[in-house]
Amino acid sequence: MAESRSIKVDYLARVEGEGALDVRIEDGRVTDVRLEIFEPPRFFEAFLRGRRSAEAPDITARICGICPVAYQMSAVHALEDAAGVQVDGPLRRLRRLLYCGEWIESHTLHVYMLHAPDFLGKHSVIEMAKEQPELVERGLRLKKAGNAIVALLGGREIHPVNVRVGGFYKIPGDRELSQLARQLETALDDALATVEWVAAFDFPDFEVDYEFVALRHPDEYPFNEGRIVSSRGLDIDAREFHEHFEEVHVERSNALHCRLKQRGHYKVGPLARYHLNHGLLSPRAQQAARVAGLGDSCRNPFRSIVVRAVEVVHACEEALAILADFERPERPFVDVPAGAATGYAATEAPRGLLHHTYRIDAAGLIEHAQIIPPTSQNQGTIEDDLRQFIAPRLDLADDDLRWQCEQAIRNYDPCISCATHFLKLTVDRR
Amino acid sequence: MSALVIGIGNPDRGDDAAGVRVVERLRSLAPPGVRLETVGGDLLTLLDLWAGAESVVLVDAMVSGAEAGSVRRLDASDRGLREQLGTFVSSHAFGLGDAIELARNLGRLPERLVVYGVEADQIGPGAPLSDAVARAIPVVAEEILEECRCTRLR
Repeated sequence: MAESRSIKVDYLARVEGEGALDVRIEDGRVTDVRLEIFEPPRFFEAFLRGRRSAEAPDITARICGICPVAYQMSAVHALEDAAGVQVDGPLRRLRRLLYCGEWIESHTLHVYMLHAPDFLGKHSVIEMAKEQPELVERGLRLKKAGNAIVALLGGREIHPVNVRVGGFYKIPGDRELSQLARQLETALDDALATVEWVAAFDFPDFEVDYEFVALRHPDEYPFNEGRIVSSRGLDIDAREFHEHFEEVHVERSNALHCRLKQRGHYKVGPLARYHLNHGLLSPRAQQAARVAGLGDSCRNPFRSIVVRAVEVVHACEEALAILADFERPERPFVDVPAGAATGYAATEAPRGLLHHTYRIDAAGLIEHAQIIPPTSQNQGTIEDDLRQFIAPRLDLADDDLRWQCEQAIRNYDPCISCATHFLKLTVDRR
Repeated sequence: MSALVIGIGNPDRGDDAAGVRVVERLRSLAPPGVRLETVGGDLLTLLDLWAGAESVVLVDAMVSGAEAGSVRRLDASDRGLREQLGTFVSSHAFGLGDAIELARNLGRLPERLVVYGVEADQIGPGAPLSDAVARAIPVVAEEILEECRCTRLR
């Protein structure tokens, strides 16, 4: 007799935004895996049309409360690309500092508050706090250091307001910057301890042969600039993105799926960046990665928590280096003329590559905007992971299977709110 | 007395701004000694924001199925919101109920914590405040002032 099983998870916990997963199992075979994103579409691209290009950083910062910096930085870089302006020197270093802040804040939130409970058999960080308050306090302290960077450079912790096309509205004072450096010394120690802690977790035996896609820069771990490269030979400029990638609408999801035209699904985010750029991590981050046993590549998505922790070490160390050599820019911004042009930029948000395109008209108004967030690029790969992960684990009870599927999705730290323009979990066994 | 009122919400999402609007209204009305703050999406910052305060009032929008603009007052000093409300859905990635329980387990809860919830009607991006919630704002502000004036909040 054919066996049918149906497992439903209506709302996925500990992900940002709302979505669901449907898994169908027929006669002991996984026949369908659907990641449904029912967070309503948010129409940011439509809001941007007709607005002055200078407004784009403030509007795009509103897309995400966790990674606003990535959105506004991709916007400013694309608008500077349109104008043919390159921002260098101290201003560029301050932009990287702001990026460090967002990575520390966003990764630490995910590592401690959302992902670690999975590996400790806890339902939430609230349970963790009861038994190991000192660990949770360490996470809060580390996250706070990231918040402090964003608050100081961005003007406030969430939805920063101090970023403009060409640079910043105001550069923080020397005293505030040296206070920040002291906080980051402690943060670096906390970040190193975090790598040691998460590296000792038990990880399911699971590896996937991904095509990794990330930015690559000749001499820096990628945040804000570089060529878009892949582990299967892609090597393009941000301007060529739409020639190689396409967004497709999939009925079950309010988030468009982004695919490589030639090869389909691919993976962005910490594992992709690590695979393609690990030699450019800061010295202590490289050392921490070695001790954690990451090697040259990590293809186990469950170990993404270790790579995130390593990237937090990098962000702390780079932030300290920027602050140690800080030179005050002559002006807080450079002038960026707005004229008819199209600009493209990709930056590395904490969750992966984030591509923006803007077409500006002669009056300096935005005629067309296209934003491709990391979670929409990873959707197909999340489904592929689940298909491969579930197949050898069909003997698990429904509750256990559901729990492990949720974990597999959290590996991606999916930002559903950003991608909707997204999660409920159903396993249907027939 | 170290009283602190914190309004929670996103000013650009219609009724989600209810908490922020209440605090804005209190700016001209609150007696000296009452600190006023607002918080956007990251509710973990509450733990630092209320450090050292003895009495804290939080105001947030809620979606419970009640009539739009209706107001609930919950004392979270000893019992969690989830325990009092049953299922609890928050619009924030790390919800208010979660932040309060995390603080409780870390021993970082103020001695007295009161939560006002204002039932939201429309919370879409760019939506205006609904009439029902606009009418509730002065009422909640007045109730909080009453707490501050030494009736319940000390």
